[in-house]
Amino acid sequence: MQTLTNRSKQVDRHPMTVWEKMYLPAIAKGMSITLSHFFKKKPTINYPEETRPFSPVFRGLHILNRDEEGRENCTACGLCAVACPAEAITMEAAERKEGEEHLYREEKYAAKYEINMLRCIFCGLCEEACPKDAIYLSETFAPSNYKREGFIYGKNDLLIPDPKKEPELYKKAVGERARKA
Amino acid sequence: MSEEKKLFKVTIDNITVDVEPGTTILNAARMIGGEVTPPAMCYYSKLKNSGGKCRTCLVEVAAGSTADPRPMPKLVASCRTTVMDGMIVKNITSERVLDARAGVVEFLLLNHPLDCPICDQAGECHLQDLSYEHGADGTRFEFNKRVFKKHDLGEYIQLHMTRCILCYRCVFTADQLTNKRVHGVLDRGDHAEIATYIEKSLDNDFIGNVIDVCPVGALTDKTFRFKNRVWFTKPVDAHRDCSKCCGEVQLWMRGDEVFRVTARKDEWGEVKDSTKGGPGWICNECRFEKKDPKDWTIDGPTNVNRHSVISQGHYVNVVKPKETLPDVMGGRGPKLLMNIHSVSDVNRPEIELSKIPGPAHSDDFKKSLDNGK
Repeated sequence: MQTLTNRSKQVDRHPMTVWEKMYLPAIAKGMSITLSHFFKKKPTINYPEETRPFSPVFRGLHILNRDEEGRENCTACGLCAVACPAEAITMEAAERKEGEEHLYREEKYAAKYEINMLRCIFCGLCEEACPKDAIYLSETFAPSNYKREGFIYGKNDLLIPDPKKEPELYKKAVGERARKA
Repeated sequence: MSEEKKLFKVTIDNITVDVEPGTTILNAARMIGGEVTPPAMCYYSKLKNSGGKCRTCLVEVAAGSTADPRPMPKLVASCRTTVMDGMIVKNITSERVLDARAGVVEFLLLNHPLDCPICDQAGECHLQDLSYEHGADGTRFEFNKRVFKKHDLGEYIQLHMTRCILCYRCVFTADQLTNKRVHGVLDRGDHAEIATYIEKSLDNDFIGNVIDVCPVGALTDKTFRFKNRVWFTKPVDAHRDCSKCCGEVQLWMRGDEVFRVTARKDEWGEVKDSTKGGPGWICNECRFEKKDPKDWTIDGPTNVNRHSVISQGHYVNVVKPKETLPDVMGGRGPKLLMNIHSVSDVNRPEIELSKIPGPAHSDDFKKSLDNGK
């Protein structure tokens, strides 16, 4: 049979000798390999105490953006939902009333906005479709949860902290990438 | 006996068609159909005297007629120019036409707010289609776009004057379908706007048709305002016995909710002729007040052009696979690990958005939250 690579080896199926049946040399050989790894550089890190730097194009948990005055950018235009290949995004729109101008940037806003993180494949197409700079995929992972119910993210979970009221949290949520750009 | 009608031979973009004398170039092109047809923002075949205002349908006449084959010196508006025998028209084959059309689109967009993310017309907007096809990426306009004082046109019709392109279609509709027109174009030049002179609501049985004729989102349905995006609703043909109109409509449904009722439209975006003859204009009662699927007899889904955004996610001809688990498990159905409806805040059964008379507000959602808990 022709092999795909030249690294394949024929399996040796000869009956074991008495020396081999004792297994001791095989164990010693194995332990020496394990021991040698004690003195090598560790390929892993102690997450969560240590974290690796994110790639500049990393696509993590979604955030709904606000403008400088803390008003929500999203106008519930539905383009993220229509772009979403996993159909994870749903929303319901409402009209801004008088007196709500400080909450929402435009006449129409998303009264309900939901992302089903069980469905989301983190492809970032919603971010690309958004005409209002409202949705971004941030530099965080979607936290794990014991229950499926915890993965339905509403507006409370997604909205970025208000830059006026909570500037510290806002800065943290914006992340490293945005500050560089 | 009347003599046999002589047909005029007209060539549009190298396609020859025989049409009756008196036909406009635009209508001759529509007989051919497809790409050859010039776009039209103000012309509406069902409305008398419409057309000649937007200039998007400009075409080049390379030869006037067989008798006088000189070309017309300037581009002509195809909706207002009638054909002559032996006329040769160039539409998409002419550089001049495409250039002029790009210019017209730029003019139309000068004052258009481009608030498509908010606009309810997005997805079925003729200006959106036109700018996709002919518009430039950017704008050269360096001034502020015009703004208007808001006019309230009553509980059914929402006017967004900033989006208006002054096509006059709604004015003709009110003139020709209703017995009294109360709105019109006021002022002139840059200040021209659609309005009722003194705050007056539009209330006539057929005034709702101005929503259907509006090529942009200037006149939209208040009962549908912000309720849903057009492409998430499913168009369904339906009819009912109506004493005022033909009763043949298109329902825009989501699940079992009727979100919007409009007249049926043909491939040019104009109101279709009803089966009883005559244009299928619908009355206000059918349009605004019958938001219950029980009011209607549903004829079946509307055929939507596959390339339209409205056809997205409708999954025509999908065969639902048979649930095999009960067979294998002796009748026990699959166990639902999570019912999305018990978790999700969207589409709550106690909020029937389609039943709220106007657009939903923050208190509509709060109210239902209190009732729910």
